[in-house]
Amino acid sequence: MNRRNFIKNSMLFAGSLVAIPSLIVSKKAYAAWPKKSFDIKDLTESVSSVYGHSNLEESSKVKLKAPEIAENGAIVPINVSTTLDNVESIMIFVENNPQPLSSGYKLTSLSEPSIGTRLKMGKTSNVMAAVKSGDKVYTSTQEVKVTIGGCGG
Amino acid sequence: MSTIKMRSKESNGVVTVKALIKHPMETGQRKDKKTGDLIPAHYIQEVHSKANGKDVITIYWGPAVSKNPYLTFKYKGNKGDNLEISWVDNQGNRDSKTGTVK
Repeated sequence: MNRRNFIKNSMLFAGSLVAIPSLIVSKKAYAAWPKKSFDIKDLTESVSSVYGHSNLEESSKVKLKAPEIAENGAIVPINVSTTLDNVESIMIFVENNPQPLSSGYKLTSLSEPSIGTRLKMGKTSNVMAAVKSGDKVYTSTQEVKVTIGGCGG
Repeated sequence: MSTIKMRSKESNGVVTVKALIKHPMETGQRKDKKTGDLIPAHYIQEVHSKANGKDVITIYWGPAVSKNPYLTFKYKGNKGDNLEISWVDNQGNRDSKTGTVK
């Protein structure tokens, strides 16, 4: 970090202290972005790195909504919801992407376990939604066929 | 102008939030077509939402999330809630937006 950036950052931080106290909390959370898990290139290793184990249980209570065929791999809509109780987090893994972990959603007692986003997929792959409820991880997997990849340039 | 567009609607005690964020979401694996150089990674890593100051959801994104990302989630809330969404990317840029639940 050079001097200029340091000054800029410290000013930003000081500014947030005054303006929006809630940012201080967010700042802590930002530091928790799990770089290691996002860098892993193998699905099983990625799962272990997120949960500390890879004991997954397929469950019909996890609802994964994804297209069977995605014409454009750059925008694949994915929705995950569940009827399970005490959901701590929802993770979406795309097996054949360069890094399988695509995104993670950490819920609170206020959240309803239902999320949606749009992902990039390089090629046809299994998409797995994983829901952590209590000590267990429940999953639902679906194959999405990609006709035009979303990672090329 | 804010990079965040958001909409929220309450129904039976559950608020559905939909948001669009303007962001390139560069993976760092694409090459510039003219020069052949790698385009540096530039993507949102974390999105955070609060309702009336209380944490609702914390989201971690990797480079696999689409350009100009779309996001939807639900939480137990009410009409008139003060809802805040904020993001920060891997280059330290950030933005936030506050709205009222309809």
